[in-house]
Amino acid sequence: MHMKINNTKLALAIVAATSALVVAGPAQAGKTLDAIKARGELVCGVNTGLAGFSAADSQGKWSGLDVDVCRAIAAAVLSDGNKVKFVPLTAQQRFTALQSGEIDILSRNTTWTLTRDASLGLSFVGITYYDGQGFMVPVKTKVKSAKQLKNATVCVQAGTTTEKNLTDYSRTNNLNVKPIVFEKQEAATGAYFSGRCVAYTTDASGLASTRNKDAKDPKEHVILPELISKEPLGPVVRRGDDEWFAIAKWVIYGLVESEEYGITQDNVDKLKADSKDPVVMRILGTSEDTGKLLGLDKDWMARAVKTVGNYGEIFERNVGPKTSLALPRGINAQWNKGGLMYAPPVR
Amino acid sequence: MTERAPPRKRAWTWRSQALRGLVYQLVAVSLIALAVWYLAQSTLANMAARGIQSGFGFLLQPAGFDIGESLIPYDALDPYWKAYAVGVLNTLRVAVVGIIFATLLGTILGVGRFSANAIVRGLCYAYVEVFRNVPVLLQLLMWYLLFADILPPITEAVSVGGLFFLSKNGLSFPVPVWVPGVGMALLGTLAGVVAAWFYRRWAIAKFEATGQIRSLFWVPIAIVVAGELLGWIAGGAPTAWDIPKPGGFVMQGGASATPEFLAVLLGLVLYTSAFIAEVVRAGIASVAHGQVEAAGSLGLSKPQSMRLVILPQALRVIIPPVTSQYLNLTKNSSLAVAVGYPDVVSIANTSLNQTGRAVECIALIMAVYLTTSLATSAFMNWYNRHAAIKER
Ligand SMILES: N[C@@H](CCC(=O)N[C@@H](CS)C(=O)NCC(=O)O)C(=O)O
Repeated sequence: MHMKINNTKLALAIVAATSALVVAGPAQAGKTLDAIKARGELVCGVNTGLAGFSAADSQGKWSGLDVDVCRAIAAAVLSDGNKVKFVPLTAQQRFTALQSGEIDILSRNTTWTLTRDASLGLSFVGITYYDGQGFMVPVKTKVKSAKQLKNATVCVQAGTTTEKNLTDYSRTNNLNVKPIVFEKQEAATGAYFSGRCVAYTTDASGLASTRNKDAKDPKEHVILPELISKEPLGPVVRRGDDEWFAIAKWVIYGLVESEEYGITQDNVDKLKADSKDPVVMRILGTSEDTGKLLGLDKDWMARAVKTVGNYGEIFERNVGPKTSLALPRGINAQWNKGGLMYAPPVR
Repeated sequence: MTERAPPRKRAWTWRSQALRGLVYQLVAVSLIALAVWYLAQSTLANMAARGIQSGFGFLLQPAGFDIGESLIPYDALDPYWKAYAVGVLNTLRVAVVGIIFATLLGTILGVGRFSANAIVRGLCYAYVEVFRNVPVLLQLLMWYLLFADILPPITEAVSVGGLFFLSKNGLSFPVPVWVPGVGMALLGTLAGVVAAWFYRRWAIAKFEATGQIRSLFWVPIAIVVAGELLGWIAGGAPTAWDIPKPGGFVMQGGASATPEFLAVLLGLVLYTSAFIAEVVRAGIASVAHGQVEAAGSLGLSKPQSMRLVILPQALRVIIPPVTSQYLNLTKNSSLAVAVGYPDVVSIANTSLNQTGRAVECIALIMAVYLTTSLATSAFMNWYNRHAAIKER
């Protein structure tokens, strides 16, 4: 399932970033959108392979929640959800790739934290999945709670928020766990599946993905009930281009609000033709031209929903209860259905 | 001896060679300095313009992450520089132990290529060809997967005499319980080593003066052991050992070499020893055949002529290329992160990600490898001069 990324790639990315920093001037407002239009393609950084979020099939076609976010933006900006070039990035490469301008947007199960938001020259656009870090253990260890992991070895992937959360949790609960840190996800999960580590830890969504796609028998592994951190995942853009930031942000809000007002992939054309609901009309650009304010045309959101569906549809199709990941909607439900998904109004 | 050239006259005229040389060097150095300054300046300016924070100040902040194995006490609340120190020590640990084993194995294999026994020759040859032609990263991964897969879980650890245990936790072994007496024994050993060194010098001087042969191996060993024993007895002969025993998720007590460490060590040793074997073989082959015959006609046995005549002369040819093998081994240890060993690269990766200081973290890694490599080279150059032909 994983694309192979060789070791030199990180080095190259860093060299590229450094040389870009040496020669290029600061990013300028509005430049990203112009560059994307001139190129005719959105360049989107995604995971190397995390089923449900971003993974390529044998034909090289990408799918997943993070992938659909990029397709929606491409549909809004370039009128075609297929005009996206996906660049698979490991946890460590991702920010450098964005800083250096190799990608336009990073949509790769990335946690929004203060350090990342404030010191990397990047801005988080919004939250597309509310997650938390969990543990997976083999059923045969009979471990029922993360609190039982005293002195245990735990496999982790480098370059994630995971290492620090694990340490924090280990300290507060006096667990003295031993992290074994791997550069690549395959190596980390491989060591876990071979029994070198008692537990594997990452975002709960990542655990579900690994358990269902990589385990020989998913039933032999359980995900422990404790979530030890908040992992709000969302796309990231370079700082300094407020227009592009606003576009990325509002496409996501638009997808969420489309769900709230019942606009779906199937009914979007019909609603566009005959809906009299003022909110729906604004979202679909049949009354006010909201797109113009963003530097887009008035059909921007209609195209995005037509391409990938609203947020709820994206969720159900990629990670929801009917998929192999079978993640419950939980806190990712709409705000008026007991969840946290709350979009400011498209108005 | 050849005649020395007369000392060059330092004539500081405008057309003198000395002045021109000096000017060229000054120009070259200032150009390089200017280029470095320009690159650093514009990088910093661009990073600031893009809102990327920079600087080494983060080294004093708490690191906030645990490290799986460490030679020094380390706590997640310690600052980043201490985490780096842990990483550097882990790198040095695997590099130093690796260099020792690779040298031993490589020498045996290289000498083996001259064995009278065709099977031994063939095996040594096959070893070299196999291990030097498989990329070292693959070798590391292979050993690691092998260890992780075939070693039994801790509850079913294979034990040797109830003292050594082999399990997914690695190789666990007993260590003496730390009491001052153990320190005395260590001190005694150290004194023994010093005494043995003086004994060897004395014995060699005596041999050259009188031709009397004394053991240069067994007697020094005996001196070291005696020193250790004396220290141990002086320290009250402590006998308490901390013996590992399987318990829950980990081996309780004792000390362990983790599978990560073992995989890196084994991979590096097997790979590098193949190259060292070739260097040793070439070095031995470079010694003129007449030397072997001369040694034979002096009545030296085959092993004696190897040890006393061939190897010392081969050493001069061997040392420079072996030095670069040592450097390679040290640099290749940076692949350790692939199998989860917390070397300096692994620590730098984590801190890079946590602080976003990519340029700084990579610069630190480069500084670490540059320093260790230069130190290794300096030491080997010293040793090379020591082993060089001394004109008498
Ligand atoms: N949300 C966390 C973790 C994200 C992350 O990278 N997770 C890992 C484990 S699920 C992953 O996706 N690895 C895939 C790869 O690097 O190829 C973060 O932003 O640091």
